Amino acid sequence: MPSAIAKSGSQRAMLGRATRDAFVKLDPRKLTGNPVILATEVVAALATISTIAAVFGHQPILFPLQLALWLWATVLFANFAESVAEGRGKAAADSLRSARVDTMAKLVDPQTGATVPTPAHKLEVGQIVLVEAGDAVPADGEIVEGVASVNEAAITGESAPVIRESGGDRSAVTGGTTVVSDWIKVRVTAGAGSSFLDRMIAMVEGADRRKTPNEIALAVLLAGLTLVFLIVVVTLVGLGAYSGVKLDPVVLGALFVCLIPTTIGGLLSAIGIAGMDRLLKFNVLATSGRAVEAAGDVDTLLLDKTGTITFGNRMATEVIAAPGIPEGAAMRAALMASLADETPEGRSIVQLAREKGVVAEAPADAVSIPFTATTRLSGLEVGSLTWRKGAVDAVCRHLKTERAHLPREVQAAVDRIARSGGTPLAVAEGDRLVGVIHLKDVVKPGVKERFADLRRMGVRTVMITGDNPVTAASIASEAGVDDFLAEATPEDKLRMIREEQGKGRLVAMCGDGANDAPALAQADVGVAMQTGTQAAREAGNMVDLDSDPTKVIEIVEVGKQMLITRGALTTFSIANDVAKYFAIIPALFVVSMPSLGAMNVMHLSSPESAILSAVIFNALIIIALIPLALKGVKYRAIGAQALLTRNLLIYGLGGIIAPFVGIKVIDLIVSSLHLA
Amino acid sequence: MNWQGWAEIALTLGLAVLLGWPIGVYMARVWEGRSTWLDPVLRPVERLFYAASGVDPTKGQGWMAYLGALLAFNAAGFFLLYLILRAQGLLPLNPMHFAGMSPHLAFNTAISFVTNTNWQSYSGESTLSNLSQMSGLTVQNFVSAASGIAVAAALARAFAANRGETLGNFWADLTRTTLYILLPISVVFAIVLVASGVPQTLMAHIDAHTLEGAKQGISVGPVASQEIIKQLGTNGGGFFGANSAHPFENPNAWSNLIEEIAMNAVGFGCVIAFGRVAMAGREARALVIAMVVLLVGASAAIYASETRVTPALLHAGVAAAPNMEGKEVRFGAPSTAVWTAMTTGASDGGVNGALESFTPLGGGTAMFMIKLGEILPGGVGSGLYGIVVMAIISVFVAGLMVGRTPEYLGKKIEAREVKYAVLATLILPVTILGFAAVSAVSPIALKSVSATGPHGLTEMLYAYASAVGNNGSAFGGLNANTPWWDTTLGIAMALGRFAYIVPVMAMAGALAAKPKLQPTAGTLPTHGLQFIGLLIGLILILGGLQYFPPLALGPIVEHFQMLSAVSH
Repeated sequence: MPSAIAKSGSQRAMLGRATRDAFVKLDPRKLTGNPVILATEVVAALATISTIAAVFGHQPILFPLQLALWLWATVLFANFAESVAEGRGKAAADSLRSARVDTMAKLVDPQTGATVPTPAHKLEVGQIVLVEAGDAVPADGEIVEGVASVNEAAITGESAPVIRESGGDRSAVTGGTTVVSDWIKVRVTAGAGSSFLDRMIAMVEGADRRKTPNEIALAVLLAGLTLVFLIVVVTLVGLGAYSGVKLDPVVLGALFVCLIPTTIGGLLSAIGIAGMDRLLKFNVLATSGRAVEAAGDVDTLLLDKTGTITFGNRMATEVIAAPGIPEGAAMRAALMASLADETPEGRSIVQLAREKGVVAEAPADAVSIPFTATTRLSGLEVGSLTWRKGAVDAVCRHLKTERAHLPREVQAAVDRIARSGGTPLAVAEGDRLVGVIHLKDVVKPGVKERFADLRRMGVRTVMITGDNPVTAASIASEAGVDDFLAEATPEDKLRMIREEQGKGRLVAMCGDGANDAPALAQADVGVAMQTGTQAAREAGNMVDLDSDPTKVIEIVEVGKQMLITRGALTTFSIANDVAKYFAIIPALFVVSMPSLGAMNVMHLSSPESAILSAVIFNALIIIALIPLALKGVKYRAIGAQALLTRNLLIYGLGGIIAPFVGIKVIDLIVSSLHLA
Repeated sequence: MNWQGWAEIALTLGLAVLLGWPIGVYMARVWEGRSTWLDPVLRPVERLFYAASGVDPTKGQGWMAYLGALLAFNAAGFFLLYLILRAQGLLPLNPMHFAGMSPHLAFNTAISFVTNTNWQSYSGESTLSNLSQMSGLTVQNFVSAASGIAVAAALARAFAANRGETLGNFWADLTRTTLYILLPISVVFAIVLVASGVPQTLMAHIDAHTLEGAKQGISVGPVASQEIIKQLGTNGGGFFGANSAHPFENPNAWSNLIEEIAMNAVGFGCVIAFGRVAMAGREARALVIAMVVLLVGASAAIYASETRVTPALLHAGVAAAPNMEGKEVRFGAPSTAVWTAMTTGASDGGVNGALESFTPLGGGTAMFMIKLGEILPGGVGSGLYGIVVMAIISVFVAGLMVGRTPEYLGKKIEAREVKYAVLATLILPVTILGFAAVSAVSPIALKSVSATGPHGLTEMLYAYASAVGNNGSAFGGLNANTPWWDTTLGIAMALGRFAYIVPVMAMAGALAAKPKLQPTAGTLPTHGLQFIGLLIGLILILGGLQYFPPLALGPIVEHFQMLSAVSH
């Protein structure tokens, strides 16, 4: 589904803006949150000063100049990565902003009932406004009166209008959407500046971006590593002096930059922003990065049965003929009894009959017998012929018989259907019971596989339903959920979330109703449906613009992907250091201690070339990994151990090998161009 | 190298682990305050201690209270020991009439024994009275070991807790560890050592009449009792200056084997006990396996390196295999290799050879073992919390790659835990490299260094590594009894001990307060081969990255020089 926020400006314009931003971010004050890159910038500045000194001291400048330039490039590349990630959000925010037009609202005077034109931004919470066909909804609110179809394309990207009405779970409207037909009276629930649209803009733009708990933890580790390598390099001055090795401060700076985790340090914030962006692509808005991260950690997923696991309507799956009745006749009777039934159940019977090749038209003189609370039957009469269908007891009453007197085969079929969680409907033709229809909740295709995937991810699925335990158990086993909560009230839901959390589990759920709000607020990841009530949307920490409850699964994957990407790049970054040591350490010492030349395993052409190649590799690897940081490492539901083995091989072992190859190649180029 | 050598290495390591197992099971009982078969004898003694000091052993302490008690106890121990060492000339039980120690030597020695390091800038037989040895050093040999074990117990309880607030009672842990664990095991082992020929007497020396008719005084004393707690408590401070290369500390192959086993048994025991208390038996087993793999690797590296005769000697035709340089004739290369790996892996510091005379890579491996953080299996207690810190960092880095906030033993590893783990691991490189770099350019410091060139650098690096790692072994060649070395090494020992314990205890407090989670299919398993490999890899890579440049300037360049026979 194309979404307004997924649309963004042209690639070229975005890259242009990112490049510009990369230079703006050179301001050291903007780098205080990123010690690794800040340290790199300090070294780059020192290298620049030393190059200038070399100019005045009439010393060779080609080598220090190149080092300084590549060190600056390292900082710029890291800034560029962040800017590119932010750029996507900014483009989305711009297109959202265009939806925020300042309309004149029709404020309803509480005394007179007359409407007063008021600018939308002057509306206050609690005021009532009238919105008629063609008007833009001036603010977020709850419908208090009326029903209207509303075009929400500005928010969801979906152009088909949706029905909004007072009362119930479809009563929320969003500022910026447009009423297409009819009118509604709306009680304003959000003041100017704090509307849903404003929050969305702030979120996608990253204005609100705070470091997530895991990002903070990782930043601590990276700062610690930076400190360790600072000590290693600084103490090398003393140890080198003892050993009679003369060390060029610029080269020591270069060694320092190569060792500190610039790769992950440069890409860390881009990974987080890209994670939010990926959710946006799924048309899901997270109120914070913390929520996205929590999604990756979810242990228990609560899913409403209706609409998520099953289609929501019971459907006929078979018709069992009573003894002595041919199968075709039973099917035909069921069809006749349902021809006039417009309920989803009735239509599913017609559908089933058509699939079995039984077709019939209701004659013109047919009289439809509607369902009533007293008879609890529906059917059709054509002249003296009558067809009825209904609950088994109701049909028994109609046939003036007792359930116990029904044929044994029929009783067995009814029991079997009930036990399997289905609903048996008896069909009578005239005064004869001809068969039993099996109505059942049909599980959506593919959900079983998705739950199996979730289980492999370590996520337990729990089905929530108002059905009785027998029905619930049967659907639960068919859908392959791990657990279910039958005859659930909103309080039960809330209690279950608290229980799970008490066991130290993280719980995700989605909901739309006003009575879901407490549970949504309690859950660690609460996904509210965009079509849901205002209360639900406020309570959740994510909003699904497509209102598709199965989306929770994608959300969990995006959360996991974000963590995996961080771990993979950290591992890669640390593993890279092994090769860099083998490039730089022999180069540093070989002049004073020729025997250490034996450690130059890559056979780099000269000490200068070795150092320069390591620095160039270090800078280029950031650019090379930007796409991976933005796209994220693919998550595979293959179990934790297999996944780790895979990623360790790629990013751990790969991280050890890649720089050996990369530095050697760069060294060949550098030496053939006589750059060092 | 021969198969007997390899078999000896395997036997020694195997027996240490094998003995560590029951010791660990027993230790877990003691930590949990359950009954033991020693209760009839020891329970009244234990109660007496509590009654005398007014301690309520059942009163749990939060991490700060626990840490406060530990620091206060160790500070008091330091001052008392300092006074004894300074004043030993005025005190009884001083048959040789030794004078009190100089201020800097007493400072260094007191810190050394309080921190479970047992670095010795002196020779015991010519410096210390029996009172100093027994009531000063031996007491600290027990209680410094017990302090380390207490921290391990607190950490184990932190992992076991589910939103807990307390980590146990330090005073109870200290008392119970000393009474129920260290004392009984020491008594048993001391008797075995005496049986194998180690002296145990209050006499100062024996007069021997040599063949030439001269009279020679041979130093003896309460050796066996100090020897055994030196090993069991991974202290390492010898009765004699030559440490376990001295024939009275370590007379023969039997005593050698017993001492080797003793210095690792309680360390492995701590890991096993941790696993039982933290309800993580399989994970603890994985830690033991990782330790053993690295120990075997180090033993093999030293063995391989120490059996090879240097090219220069070979060329000159003055030496033939095996290379006996730096080894005792009664032990030989394999025994010395496995001892050296075990003593440096375990933060014990007792030596049965002369590291100074090892080949560059043999001595370098020993130094690298210390720099890995004394976690293989490390000092008693300290090794356990050291390897848990490494496990937490491994889990954090790699665990992210499975797509969940990393967990270790059911506890989420988040910013606070990472912060404390990083702080703890920073202590080693900061102190070792910082002090070594300053010493390397300080003329006062360099006056004490006997060798020049890379070998001298190794001497200095080794000294600080040994001090910070609370190992206590000396590379040799360094005259450390000077104000500069005594003071800086003393500071290094204190940092390596307490600047490490503080973040570890803070981490324990944070971990205890978290809910204990049940593993799911999405949780990274931390008991399998994969995790063992990961942990070993991280330990080696982190250790390597931190110390590669100084190692290159020290043992590595010396090795290449040796190969090209341009030795100084």
